[in-house]
Amino acid sequence: MSEPEQVWMCDNCNIPLQPDKVDVAYMGNAFPVELLKCPKCELVFIPEDLALGKMVEVEKQLEDK
Amino acid sequence: MFPVYGALQWLNNSMDQKELFELEQQCIQECAPPCTAACPVHVDVRSMLAETARGDFSAALKIYQKAVPFPHILSRICDQPCQNVCRRGEIEESIAIRALERAAVNHGELPEEKKRPMPKRVGNVAVIGGGISGLTVAYDLARKGYKITIYESGHELGGGLWKADRDYLPAEVIRGDIEVIYELGVEVDLNTLIDHIHLVELRNAFDAIYIAVGPHASEAYELARDQYGLIKVDPVTFATSMEGVFAGGGLLWGIEMHSSVTSISEGRRAGISIDRYLQKVSVTASRINEGPYTSCLYTDISEVGTRPLIEMGDPDFGYEWHEAIQEGKRCIQCECMECVKACEYLREFGRYPRRYVREIYNNLSIVKGTRYANTFINSCSLCGLCAEICPENLDMGAVNLKARQAMVTQNRMPASAHDFGLRDMQFSNSDKFLMMRNAPGTTASDYVFFPGCQLSASSPEHVERVYSDLQRQLPDSRIGLMLGCCGAPANWAGRPDLFESILAAWRMHLQVMENPKVVLPCSSCYQVFQKHLPDVEIVSLWDFFDEHGLPAGAVSANHTVSIHDPCSTRYESQMQDSIRRILGRLGYQIEELPRSRERTTCCSYGGMMWLANPTLAEKVVQKRIQEGEADYVTYCAMCRDNFVGRGKRTWHILDLIYNQGSDEQATRRGPNYSQRHENRARLKRHLLTEIWGETMDGSQPYESIQLNIADDVQAKLEQRLILIEDIQRVIEYAERTKRKLLNRQTGHYLAYYRPNTVTYWVEYLPTEAGFAIFNAYSHRMEVPGSGS
Repeated sequence: MSEPEQVWMCDNCNIPLQPDKVDVAYMGNAFPVELLKCPKCELVFIPEDLALGKMVEVEKQLEDK
Repeated sequence: MFPVYGALQWLNNSMDQKELFELEQQCIQECAPPCTAACPVHVDVRSMLAETARGDFSAALKIYQKAVPFPHILSRICDQPCQNVCRRGEIEESIAIRALERAAVNHGELPEEKKRPMPKRVGNVAVIGGGISGLTVAYDLARKGYKITIYESGHELGGGLWKADRDYLPAEVIRGDIEVIYELGVEVDLNTLIDHIHLVELRNAFDAIYIAVGPHASEAYELARDQYGLIKVDPVTFATSMEGVFAGGGLLWGIEMHSSVTSISEGRRAGISIDRYLQKVSVTASRINEGPYTSCLYTDISEVGTRPLIEMGDPDFGYEWHEAIQEGKRCIQCECMECVKACEYLREFGRYPRRYVREIYNNLSIVKGTRYANTFINSCSLCGLCAEICPENLDMGAVNLKARQAMVTQNRMPASAHDFGLRDMQFSNSDKFLMMRNAPGTTASDYVFFPGCQLSASSPEHVERVYSDLQRQLPDSRIGLMLGCCGAPANWAGRPDLFESILAAWRMHLQVMENPKVVLPCSSCYQVFQKHLPDVEIVSLWDFFDEHGLPAGAVSANHTVSIHDPCSTRYESQMQDSIRRILGRLGYQIEELPRSRERTTCCSYGGMMWLANPTLAEKVVQKRIQEGEADYVTYCAMCRDNFVGRGKRTWHILDLIYNQGSDEQATRRGPNYSQRHENRARLKRHLLTEIWGETMDGSQPYESIQLNIADDVQAKLEQRLILIEDIQRVIEYAERTKRKLLNRQTGHYLAYYRPNTVTYWVEYLPTEAGFAIFNAYSHRMEVPGSGS
């Protein structure tokens, strides 16, 4: 049970998260990113390293555009 | 399509090009050093000597030859006006500049000039007189492709050069350098005397003429003359009274053995005129500083040590290469850089204000593309030290503030730059902290104590104590209390709209209290009130204590301390004096820091540098705390907390007044961001209950959520700018809506929520007493399901 999709469940819907395209938006720009998501209620999962790594990088790029 | 923020928007919102130009002019770093400015042909002496000091004589020679067409000749006979203004000369003997030019000629080698296609400018020019001035015109114009004929009355080119001492200037040196004239294809008519009739004939045959025959021979020409009988020329263009005829060299001065470097300079400048005349463009446009002038460069030489002149082993040959290197090292390499030396921020970005203002201007003018200067603009503490130090008082803080305002107007301010600080301000001006009360039983105030947001956050106990002491000290006055944030962060963030609305609120509140005098312990508040609320009467708490005496029970000690003046007191010498007198009264000895009073530095809180550029802020604080050995005393809560946070023993002056400077207080770390909120809220609640007998109501449901956070997690939250209330909100939202993830490995919940412009993620578990927090992180991007 080490693959992320095996680890993470939507607590309310009680189903495992599945990879899917999710729209992420910042400063009027939106782009699809593949994330784990609850197939039913669409709750998503953003891991810590993504939030503090790539996302900060992209945020800065968009802020300076 | 992208929004169009073209020149018009730019003009409306910030500086225009004229203003940029003026700002650039204010920075004198790029002014030529005195030696180059005084040199009639502006040899880049500083660079030449830098190459010499490195032992690269060929590079030195290349620099020299760029300004001097006949380097072997001039390096022997130049009258070196540069030496009189050499800054080394203020300490000891000036640099032997001409000797080093000769060393470059002796020890350097020029690469063979690449055969480049000669430009072919159309026109033929007659040069009358084959001295060094005429040769310069011939050299410069032949290289541009003009057809040149030199008329020389003697049997050889060189003119006055042949009158120089042969030991100094041997014939082969003259002939060697002049050879280039023949190589350039210049036609040379020797033994040809040109009188006035010939001159008129030549004028018809040639497109332009340059006369450089020396003073005696020039008597033949019927040209307008000055009161001394010398040929009169335009001092900038060297045009005579006859159209298309220019003149220069010794004939203008009435001296046969005229300064050779001046003759070269005049030839060069006349050459520019002739070229422009033949190109039919303006002969007079933008011709500044072509001849010698006074340098505008400032260089502080107070720290330059002595370094005596290097003697030559063989004066006839000149410097040996190793001697020249040592003499080259005597060059101070004059530059200004005063602000850059003093300011960690200006140093950090590797350039200097002249370049910085250009980059800011470009940054604001970008329509589409990356704005590289955003971080630069937002990293400034706006402390004003650069303006104080700059010989021209250029204030980069003022430029940066204006740039921030323009960025906000253009909707181009990165949200991450100031958001956290603005939300902190918003908290302070919310019901949680904001309050204003007249003293119990009164309906107006003579004084109102306004402690500001950070003293209240850092040392709420001092706020309560000062308020009761003020009442004790002025028993006949009505003393009110006002809590909130003055609005400085809005100003720093380039938000005049927000700032103005906060100021308007203060104006209104004070009016309701019947315009009391505001007593201020925080110098940032003081600065805001003084500058932006000029009608409000204010007094700093320190001036108040100085005038009315210290509170009863203030205790004295015997200890040596250094004072860190907050940067917002830079020009408040009265306040700085009060602090020093208070410390004296308390028995402290003062060891002044090297940079204090109007030269004090920012602790890194100013201008929200600490938010926009934490790495730089760390350097700034570290530098400041290493400037003094003694314990520090300051009178700003943020300065205190910043210094103590890095291990520097520092007291707020109220720590000394009330607590005799205890070790505990010198080392007590400031509260974290969440505790700062909590301290402010608790202070208001406590004061309302104790003094006014009121209770606060209206707390939010999330505020009652109890959290259990381990120290290492708390440290992470602090570094990530995540507050307890942010976590409480996420949990309240997740538990209410049941929207949370479950980690099957750990059994922990993970939930996310976006209460403002940030999405917070919290990993937690319910416990009996509340919730255990294992981790939290955040991002600004929006994802679905964040409840915003």
